[in-house]
Amino acid sequence: MRALNTKVIRDLLHLRGQVVAVGLVIASGVAVLIMSLSTLEALQETTDAYYDRYRLAHVFAGVKRAPDRLADRIAELPGVQTVQTRVVKYASLDVPGFSEPVTGQFVSLPEQGEPLLNKLALRTGRLIEPGRHDEVVLNEPFAQAHGLLPGDTLIGVLNGTRRTLQVVGIALSPEFIYSLGPGALMPDDERFGVIWVSRDALAAAFDLQESFNSVTLELNRGINPEFVIPRLDAILERFGGIGAIARADQLSNWFVMNEMDQLATISKILPTIFLVISAFLTNMVLARLIATERPQIGLMKAFGYSNLEVGLHYTKLVLGIALVGIVIGTAVGGWFGRINTQMYADLFRFPLLLYQPSASAVAIASGLSLLAAVAGAMGTVRRATSLPPAQAMQPPAPPAFQRGRLTRSGPGRWLDQPTRIIIRNIARSPGRSALTATGIASSVGLLVLALQWNDSLDYLARSYFFDAQRQHVMVGLADAQSTTVLREFEHMPGVLAVEPMRITSAELSVGPITHRGALSGVADQARLQPIYDDIRHAAVPPPADGLVLGTVLAEKLGVGVGDQVWVKLLEGRRPVLQLPVVDLVETYIAMPAYVHINVLNRLLKERPSVEFISLLVDRSEETRLFGKLKELPIVAAVMLRQAAIDSFYDNVVEHLMVFITMFSALACVLGFGVTYNSARIALSERGRELATLRVLGFSRGETSYILLGEVALLIVIALPIGCLIGRLLSELMAAAFNTELFRVPLTIEPSTYGVAVIIALSATIVSAAIVRRRVDKLDLIEVLKTRE
Amino acid sequence: MAITLQARGLTKIYRTGEVVVHALRGADLDLHDGELVVLLGPSGSGKSTLLNILGGLDVPTAGTVSFRDHDLTNSDEARLTEYRRRHVGFVFQFYNLIPSLTARENVALVTEIAANPMDPADALALVGLAERIDHFPAQLSGGEQQRVAIARAIAKQPEILLCDEPTGALDSETGILVLEAIDQVNRELGTTTAVITHNTVIGSMADRVMYIADGLIARTEPNPERRPPHELSW
Repeated sequence: MRALNTKVIRDLLHLRGQVVAVGLVIASGVAVLIMSLSTLEALQETTDAYYDRYRLAHVFAGVKRAPDRLADRIAELPGVQTVQTRVVKYASLDVPGFSEPVTGQFVSLPEQGEPLLNKLALRTGRLIEPGRHDEVVLNEPFAQAHGLLPGDTLIGVLNGTRRTLQVVGIALSPEFIYSLGPGALMPDDERFGVIWVSRDALAAAFDLQESFNSVTLELNRGINPEFVIPRLDAILERFGGIGAIARADQLSNWFVMNEMDQLATISKILPTIFLVISAFLTNMVLARLIATERPQIGLMKAFGYSNLEVGLHYTKLVLGIALVGIVIGTAVGGWFGRINTQMYADLFRFPLLLYQPSASAVAIASGLSLLAAVAGAMGTVRRATSLPPAQAMQPPAPPAFQRGRLTRSGPGRWLDQPTRIIIRNIARSPGRSALTATGIASSVGLLVLALQWNDSLDYLARSYFFDAQRQHVMVGLADAQSTTVLREFEHMPGVLAVEPMRITSAELSVGPITHRGALSGVADQARLQPIYDDIRHAAVPPPADGLVLGTVLAEKLGVGVGDQVWVKLLEGRRPVLQLPVVDLVETYIAMPAYVHINVLNRLLKERPSVEFISLLVDRSEETRLFGKLKELPIVAAVMLRQAAIDSFYDNVVEHLMVFITMFSALACVLGFGVTYNSARIALSERGRELATLRVLGFSRGETSYILLGEVALLIVIALPIGCLIGRLLSELMAAAFNTELFRVPLTIEPSTYGVAVIIALSATIVSAAIVRRRVDKLDLIEVLKTRE
Repeated sequence: MAITLQARGLTKIYRTGEVVVHALRGADLDLHDGELVVLLGPSGSGKSTLLNILGGLDVPTAGTVSFRDHDLTNSDEARLTEYRRRHVGFVFQFYNLIPSLTARENVALVTEIAANPMDPADALALVGLAERIDHFPAQLSGGEQQRVAIARAIAKQPEILLCDEPTGALDSETGILVLEAIDQVNRELGTTTAVITHNTVIGSMADRVMYIADGLIARTEPNPERRPPHELSW
């Protein structure tokens, strides 16, 4: 079969334009899958390795103040391997050269040596030396945001006392991959930092000598944290325990896992859609490509090649094309995957990174592409080989055209002949025309799917940061304070309005389902941070007695309006009561639960008090206000709305956009591949007809019009269908993209459809221009000479 | 003389769209071992259809064809493939060379699957193309391409050589070169050869001339003296 093999190679070289175009279609599907799965696998492996190497605890518990000797009792609990007690406190910071207030989370390090759990990955400098109470180690993102290095200093307001802190080291910790300020949803490395300090120093500052207020546990292998948590809670309860949590609920890990979940969703759904569409297009394009080989198939059969041999020959040709695609796709996918993984690794600041292109993704993507390619080719080969060779070698009999209603109708009579040719051609092979249109529509659909993310995230940001929140600044207090403190804030420089809020940890349960989260106490006539419903686009007043739940939380608990929910506050005496659900609100971020602030105060048996204060601020007075806030010892944290918005765009949107850009690029490639192949194959099929027209005196432009006009007409039909497909795919994606942290409000701006259409049209114009050049070069004599 | 190929009552009806064409209406014919027969007829007379059926490229609507003692009419696809592969060589009016293969490779395409082939180079030398062996079809003139097609047809040393308008696309000078190649193959290899043409002049190089009209063999005339192609002109 050497001659046939030579033919395969020469055909591949000869068809190189189309080989590359089909290859690109395959490559784009392969690349998306490999990029996504490789990123996902790499991040999962890296996270596991990071947690393992730096011994992230399995259980975390906060407590008001527990004596050190309690550690021994905790260590005796069945299943517990290692106990690490410590002191953790929020305090405000004054960073030189930065006017806004900064919140620090101070975490104690043992006086001697490294911590047993949640170890630090030291990036530069050293850990604290024994007895050096002014030395601190900074979390790397915070240090970088302020350009702080070992040797620099900053001021900490620890329990009302200003202390100069000496930076001796910069480190990362698996406990603070996602370092979030109190109440924040996005990391803000300028305004929030984790600071490690000596245990004695921190204990002395907060009056916690020979005590701890945080304990973390490492469990024996295979021990379920849920087995240990109730026993730990029982020990800590007397000392003001606020409920232990498993690693899964630990703030940073929860966010990391949420991010992984989102990525996992994107990685499974988008590439599946993409790969299926690219497989479909591959199949379609190759079926048509092989159809142009019909005479050669007949000829081979005339020489006595069997159907199997002919089939094998074309299988090789098609495999060659598919391989080109798979190789390009694997290379690009692996490369994009690395960029993507590196980007996430930077976001999470992993001190290590394990990346390799996912072998299973390569296998799945290659397998599916090869299958689609061979299936596409074989259908056509089977049709060609089923014909007697004599007939196969003939050009296909003139297809039966009909005068359609359109060309006979009144206005239709004015159509010129080339336009009639176009319309009749489409009408004659509606199946093929539909396939081409579907192919183009699919790539438009993918573009819409990719581009709509921007719209949805914008909408989410608008809804969450502008409609639902109107405050400029939110102040977190070190402890709950009497509401009289509000008056103090009202009189601060630039403050236009003040509003109290209380947020406690709570367990909401219905039957066996329990949700642990924040319960927000909202005041009457809350205007700065009201309970906001995105369906009604309006604030909901806090009910006098009852709960308002976010719809996702209500779904999780399986309750609706009127149902009763058990609420257990994880603070103070840990009161428990049953409350009816009185309203549901739609939000896209987190799973909120609201009660009236008075209900919270009553439950906690406290006089009216607040923990969070929202401020509406005259921006021109901001600097003075910030100066004032920094000095107040009761202020533990200051959160700026604008900083949260910037952080949302920097972290979520920007990272997602890199992914989306890669995805859009591949969707463009797909669109180009489809249109180029459609036009190019049409040229092979109809070269004779077009050359005849040229002989008859049609100009190059008119001849091209017949070929490209057909493609253009199909595109006009395909574009609206593509937008519809994009809408449906986006709905599918939004439904799947549903984590506890984020929901995607499906929003597609008209301009997004416009951009998708323009991109698709540009891809078409480029491919049409290439084909047009070939039409111009048609060799009239040669084409007409070789057949009757 | 033994009969290589025998056809009886061949009928072929084509339906393309709404058109029904009776290409053959009960044709009978015998091809004897080693003879060169020219089938003459105007276009549309059914010549090509007859040749295609004789070569196993198409099946008749009715009637029988047998090669030696094998019945081709009732053969399945695999048997027909086998028949074409082992016994038949084709030359088409439009050469039908694979454009991506050189002259030698086009011949090798056939010799690789043949039982007892000639060397492709020898086959090409036989048709006078020893010099052009590594040229691609696009680099060859029409006559040269047709001679490659003949070399390709005879390289497997078939029992039957079927030529469909082999000179139809060529000028007379080139056409005669091609006919000489066919004549030479028939004489030197003893291959039973059928040439169909509408050019009556070509009849003079045959052992017998069959006239085809309206899907029937109208009459058969033996040629008392075969004339060498170079004496022909049109």
